[in-house]
Amino acid sequence: MLKLAGVGAGYGPVQVLYDFDLEARAGEVLCLLGRNGAGKTTTLKAIMGLLPLSGGTVTLNGADITALPAHEVPKRGIGYVPQGRRLFSELTVSENIEIGLMARGNGRATRARVLEMFPRLSERLDQRAETLSGGEQQMLATARALCLEPSVLLLDEPTEGLQPSMIQLIRETVEAMRAQGVAIVLVEQRIEAVLTLSDRVAFIENGHSREVVDTSDLTAASPLLKKYVGV
Amino acid sequence: MSLSARSIALHMSLIAILFILCFTLSDYHQGNLARILVLATYAIGYNVLFGYTGLLSLGHAMFFAAGLYGLGLPMHLAGLAPLPAFVIGVLCAALLSALVALLALRTIGVAFMIVTLMFAQCVFLSILYFGTWTRGDEGFVIPQAARQIMGLDLTDPTTRYLAALLLFSTALLITARIMQQRFGHVLIAVRENEERTQMLGYDVFRHKFLAVVISGSISGAAGAAYGLLFGYVGATFASVQYSIFPLLWVLLGGAGTTIGPLVGAVFMFYLIDYSSGFTNAYMLIAGVALVLLVLFARSGIMGEIRKRWVPWLP
Repeated sequence: MLKLAGVGAGYGPVQVLYDFDLEARAGEVLCLLGRNGAGKTTTLKAIMGLLPLSGGTVTLNGADITALPAHEVPKRGIGYVPQGRRLFSELTVSENIEIGLMARGNGRATRARVLEMFPRLSERLDQRAETLSGGEQQMLATARALCLEPSVLLLDEPTEGLQPSMIQLIRETVEAMRAQGVAIVLVEQRIEAVLTLSDRVAFIENGHSREVVDTSDLTAASPLLKKYVGV
Repeated sequence: MSLSARSIALHMSLIAILFILCFTLSDYHQGNLARILVLATYAIGYNVLFGYTGLLSLGHAMFFAAGLYGLGLPMHLAGLAPLPAFVIGVLCAALLSALVALLALRTIGVAFMIVTLMFAQCVFLSILYFGTWTRGDEGFVIPQAARQIMGLDLTDPTTRYLAALLLFSTALLITARIMQQRFGHVLIAVRENEERTQMLGYDVFRHKFLAVVISGSISGAAGAAYGLLFGYVGATFASVQYSIFPLLWVLLGGAGTTIGPLVGAVFMFYLIDYSSGFTNAYMLIAGVALVLLVLFARSGIMGEIRKRWVPWLP
């Protein structure tokens, strides 16, 4: 579904990713795992066209999307929930969702479906996003990305700083998306969440792609985790 | 009551109050308020770019001047009627803003401020350079006889006030409507986080371009109306001072609020008017008021009201 082949990317003269390969399949959760600064968020930004690539290709269902302008990438069906949520704080919950409906989706039906997944947001439609709790903000950021009806969803540390009940809700959402055949690329630091949520784990080290393993082959004491994450 | 209904009620009430004031104020204050309404329209235009889209321009006087001279020169040199001259004024501002947007939007932040300032200086110096036609620094007067539209004498104080109110109301309602629609929400989204807006599939450059053109056109309409209603066209209106004024009015009144530009313009106008009555150092008083507002009401008057008491305020 989503494939990165030989991708090189970075920030100006600083190269972060080197000859990076990754493949996410439909209906699976692929977790990108590595130490801080390994290049996980950079990978997501490279997929979204937010960083110029110094080499390699990004393809979605066989179509090359490498050279697309950044605002065209979501229209092809890739949703991105960045770390720290980044909502439009002055807009209301309703307006945040509306703004997510533009690129794809059939308006009202999509809106209703998304709100059904997050009933708590339905109760706060006229509330400004900045007044929501951390968990509700994460819900809204995820809901907004789902408005695109993505076939690939990129989630950057979605459970960061959330209380257990909210983490559970995010999990359920991820599982529901997976069941719908969406390919999910997850950046997550909490090993317990990685082991319970993902189907495969792709390790990343200093901007290089390393082993890709089935999660069922991993345990909390796996030497791979010690090698690439240090736990 | 829904947010949209509240917004309509608020704006219509404001327009109704301004209409009633036309018949209750003294001649002096009626004249002042007519001028303020035109300048507040200019600030509404500025607010579209700065308050909603987050682009700080230091050259908006060029759009005001484009409207002013776009109206004034055809009337002064060719004896054109006011209505087509007004349309030409607005078109001049729209064209200039499109041109400036194409070039200036290649930059961001401080560079955008500097580029807009430089463009405005080019316009200002061009007005002085082509003094044969523009009468340079001195400017020119549009005679009273020429300022008539369909039998209405725009030099009559009440007619002038009502014309200024019509202009202001149109700009206010258009802006309020735009900001309730998805296009307006995208402008706010661009201001808050350009990258995130792109990630939702929006062409940020296109939205910023349209914001500059809408902002420039409203500012140009204010400039054209100023020439028509007050009968004077001069280079002062293209100077950097007139680029700073709308920034101050919007900051004072509340950036990103629909009523803020009017509140800021009224506040600043009357603060200077009142303080100049008892001291020559009236700009010092205005400066102190600004410092106090920045210290204690960073979001401006309407912005603070929204933040503290009326969260639905548009």
